[in-house]
Amino acid sequence: MTPAEIRDEILDILDNIAPDDDLSNLKDEIPFRDQMELDSMDFLDIVMELRKRYRVQIPEEDYPQLASMQSTCTYLAPRMLDLERIAR
Amino acid sequence: MSRDFLANIRDEYDVIVIGSGLAGLTAANLLGRAGRSVLLLEQHYKLGGMATWFRRPRRHIFDISLHGFPVGMIKSCRKYWSTEIADSIVQLKNIRFDNPMFSLTTTFDRRDFSRLLVDQFHVDPLSVEQFFDVARQMNFYDDQTTTVRQLFDRCFPGREDVIRLLMEPITYANGSTLEDPAITYGIVFSNFMSKGVYIFEGGTDHLITLMERELRHNHVDIAIRCEVNGIEVERGGVSGVRVGNRVIRTRSVVSNANLLGTIFGMVGEQHFDAAFVEQARAVRLNTSSTQVYMALREGDEIDESTGDLLFSSTAPVFRTDLLLNRDVTSRTFSFYYPRTRPHGPRQYAIVSSTNAYFDDWANLTTEEYAASKQDLIDTTIDALEKYVPQARSRIAHVEAATPVTFQHYTKHVQGSSFGTKFEGLAVSRSLPEQVRGLFHAGSVGIIMSGWLGAINYGVIVANDVDSMLMKQSSSPLPKVAFP
Repeated sequence: MTPAEIRDEILDILDNIAPDDDLSNLKDEIPFRDQMELDSMDFLDIVMELRKRYRVQIPEEDYPQLASMQSTCTYLAPRMLDLERIAR
Repeated sequence: MSRDFLANIRDEYDVIVIGSGLAGLTAANLLGRAGRSVLLLEQHYKLGGMATWFRRPRRHIFDISLHGFPVGMIKSCRKYWSTEIADSIVQLKNIRFDNPMFSLTTTFDRRDFSRLLVDQFHVDPLSVEQFFDVARQMNFYDDQTTTVRQLFDRCFPGREDVIRLLMEPITYANGSTLEDPAITYGIVFSNFMSKGVYIFEGGTDHLITLMERELRHNHVDIAIRCEVNGIEVERGGVSGVRVGNRVIRTRSVVSNANLLGTIFGMVGEQHFDAAFVEQARAVRLNTSSTQVYMALREGDEIDESTGDLLFSSTAPVFRTDLLLNRDVTSRTFSFYYPRTRPHGPRQYAIVSSTNAYFDDWANLTTEEYAASKQDLIDTTIDALEKYVPQARSRIAHVEAATPVTFQHYTKHVQGSSFGTKFEGLAVSRSLPEQVRGLFHAGSVGIIMSGWLGAINYGVIVANDVDSMLMKQSSSPLPKVAFP
């Protein structure tokens, strides 16, 4: 997957987690939490959804890497290079 | 011959969930949704654990723990259950306090509490804001030595009335006391107080019916009336669950049973290392409860200004020992109006709850126990008459539950209705390090307590289980020393 595809996928996951938030103006370099009402359970949802969709494992100590869209894509890019979606 | 409740149950599952409290139900639902094969075992004949209800003749129905969860339930139910469940959650707007120090009604959110503290209690607005901010910023890994009492004394020195306003509801919600770590209060309080208290419209029975439907949709197998006799451990890992005369194989167990019952009863301490056993033994169970359930005669009504939740007390000050004392001076009345079940019978029901010690009820003779229960009913109705005039003659059905009742139905050690004290969380979390594939989800550590805490803890543990199962399936087979 390319970083752009990963970004789209994260947006799709965020849209399910926070359907009331408008994601069209999301700033990639600013933490999600400063732009949306996300709590720690929401970040866990991102982790669970990525595992379900792509079998990608994110260990707990790496959760802080998911702070913003930019850091998430940077972190995931090498880990999802050869992955294709397996489940919806 | 008795019915075989395991008739359609397979010989092996990816995960077996023991207990169908909200944490167990939610873990089972998420793991089923993730495509794992899941078996949910419940010893009782109904799902729900403490999220339960009972019916009595003349269409009376009573909820045990429905009243007053935080707004976060809406989001968690939408994400981990269904929009139908989330959309049925509504706010309770009349929260009342009545005690020798003050009487007031509030919507129970930060804005209204700030208003009350400044206007009615004459606290400096800056102190109020500071207190809310301190509470909101607390994390579970912060300093654990400061107690709730010390936190209050720092923020509102000498203000027993303020302490009572801020503490009494939390004690009702999760059994915590002024002697517990301040962080447990901060975390629960900021979850609870930000946007009021809520209820599931339709009643607990409807909620559990919807949840069961969702579980079946996600292919979770459910077996009720199945008490687990033990969890089988082989070579340091879970290998199966003993129930009836069967052993059902599995690589992972999520126990939603009482934490200590899981470790010392279902697994057995020989499977844990000595230091862990010591740590587990030191876990203090939280208290249990007494409840009195009352329903008005058909056609009779209570005015809604009486309140939804009423924290009532005749004790001059708020003290933990007074709250737990057998000579009850503090009660929380939950008023269930017909709007609780818009499609059900037009019932007005009142449930009185008081936190209580198991030992005060467990060691009585049959006669003493019956007399104590009757006394509990009589004194509760006496107290209610202040708010519902002539209540005694208007009540069509009344009965009481004690810590012994809760133990009977939930099998929780000492009938504990709020799980464990703070130290239980670390023990619960570290089970899989002791026995591979052994997980616990349920009310622990105060912060994972209550309906929302239980649901969210079920999610956290489901994530751990799913992660472990995926690692196991993707890693190569372990090398066998002897071919």
